[in-house]
Amino acid sequence: MIAFEGLFLIYLTSAVFFILSIKGLSSPTSAQKGNFLGIAGMILAILATLLVIPSRNDAGILFALISAAVLGIFWAKSVKMTALPQMIALLNGVGGLSSLLVGMAQILRHQEHLFDTSIGIVIGAIAFSGSIIAFFKLNGMYRFKRFQYANFLNIIVLGVLIFCWVQFASYNTISWAYFLILTALIFGGTITMPVGGADMPIMISVLNACSGFAAVGIGFAMSNIVLIITGALVGASGTILAAVMTKAMNKSLFQILFLKDLQTQNTDMEDKIARTASIKDAAFLLENANKVIVVPGFGMASSKAQYALKNMTFLLENKYHVNVKFAIHPVAGRMPGHMNVLLAEAKVDYTKVFALDEINPDFETADVAYVIGANDITNSAAQSDPSSPLYGMPILEVFKAKTVIFVKRSLNAGYAGVENPLFFADNTLMLYGDAKKVTEEIIAEL
Amino acid sequence: MTLLFLITIFLLSCFIGYFVVQNVTPALHSPLMSVSNAISGIVIIGALFMAALAEKFDFQEVLSLLAVFFAGLNIFGGFAVSERMLKLFEKKDKDK
Repeated sequence: MIAFEGLFLIYLTSAVFFILSIKGLSSPTSAQKGNFLGIAGMILAILATLLVIPSRNDAGILFALISAAVLGIFWAKSVKMTALPQMIALLNGVGGLSSLLVGMAQILRHQEHLFDTSIGIVIGAIAFSGSIIAFFKLNGMYRFKRFQYANFLNIIVLGVLIFCWVQFASYNTISWAYFLILTALIFGGTITMPVGGADMPIMISVLNACSGFAAVGIGFAMSNIVLIITGALVGASGTILAAVMTKAMNKSLFQILFLKDLQTQNTDMEDKIARTASIKDAAFLLENANKVIVVPGFGMASSKAQYALKNMTFLLENKYHVNVKFAIHPVAGRMPGHMNVLLAEAKVDYTKVFALDEINPDFETADVAYVIGANDITNSAAQSDPSSPLYGMPILEVFKAKTVIFVKRSLNAGYAGVENPLFFADNTLMLYGDAKKVTEEIIAEL
Repeated sequence: MTLLFLITIFLLSCFIGYFVVQNVTPALHSPLMSVSNAISGIVIIGALFMAALAEKFDFQEVLSLLAVFFAGLNIFGGFAVSERMLKLFEKKDKDK
């Protein structure tokens, strides 16, 4: 019994370490220490469990652990920073899958705490299949438009899921458990499939929360506090991220899951003329500016323009003494914080990178806003046009800058399918082309 | 342990989670996801318990070992990729 009380205390210590590890992320200076605390908490919990609970098959456990270590570390070291959203999506899925497997083993082993276990199983299964679909979507391997009966299908599947759940709760049979798992897996897939590309950061956050709450379910079933505390922590993290993202898009989770993407507006685009700049014009404007604010979007990630941007910034700062800042919208990119990581990868000093609220007052005094591969997050219709589907969404107020340079592939509307009136504004210059190539060409002119 | 006790733990943890995560700087939202992925691998404890309960090599044991593997993947992959990302946010003068 003493061993078990000791184990309880060790688990509590691990849980505290995990809380501190998330707390470490409140600043880049303490973040690495936080990660280290997380690792320490994990080692503590695993070692204590292995020592206190002897197993018949220690060799098998060791083999599973070592192969996970080799594969996991290799994966983490080899993944490209631009492919991070895919990796995070898969990790969410794997987290759900492990809860699902533990829950299944538990149902097969004993016949108690079945309902608690089934919570872990259902949420885990949804997180798993949902994340797999999210992974394919992010990878661009599979494009799935919302089809007409998607909501109908989701409701049917949800109905079957609830039915299976009730059956399982009342009869506690293994076969109902299998049906429950199967429908939960299907539901995770059908609910994720129709979600649009630009809504992916939100979906990833939701799936992240699911993988946490699945662990909570297992924790209840096993009366294990470290699972409950950690699962709640992860669940809170995913939920808050989803809330931050939905607020930044002025959408609700309901809209994202169940409503059609906004329709492209039929506007008189042909009548308006967007002014085009040459590379030389752009270089001239940038050189002679006092203050430049760079606004990156997914286009920067897809063309890997962050290094070119860093070089451009370096030249502007050191050769022309321009004050260069970066402005990041919460939903820029394909996952929360995506742009920040890419800029950090290119060694852009993070003290020059600002969030929406911090940077918006700065645009008024900026000479040039250099918008690269971003669109909707700068759409001034969100503030000026109540009929716009984006109306009310917080935007980066680039239109207040003296000149706005848009680096874009074309005049096409963004993911939201809404035309950006900024393209036709008097102080806007368009630079058509690939984000990276255009930036490199500007560097050549500087 | 009674259910009420566990519910208390859960509820209070949600509050702790809420306040701790609120303080995470937006610049580190990606590492936040990977760190939380890594620590959600704590479900490995459950997998280890289930593996230890197996008396012979059977389907349950296979499930438990698979769970150990996948939770381990979360732990190692999650912490390693967080470490890699967080290194990028180091101050430049430290590099030299």
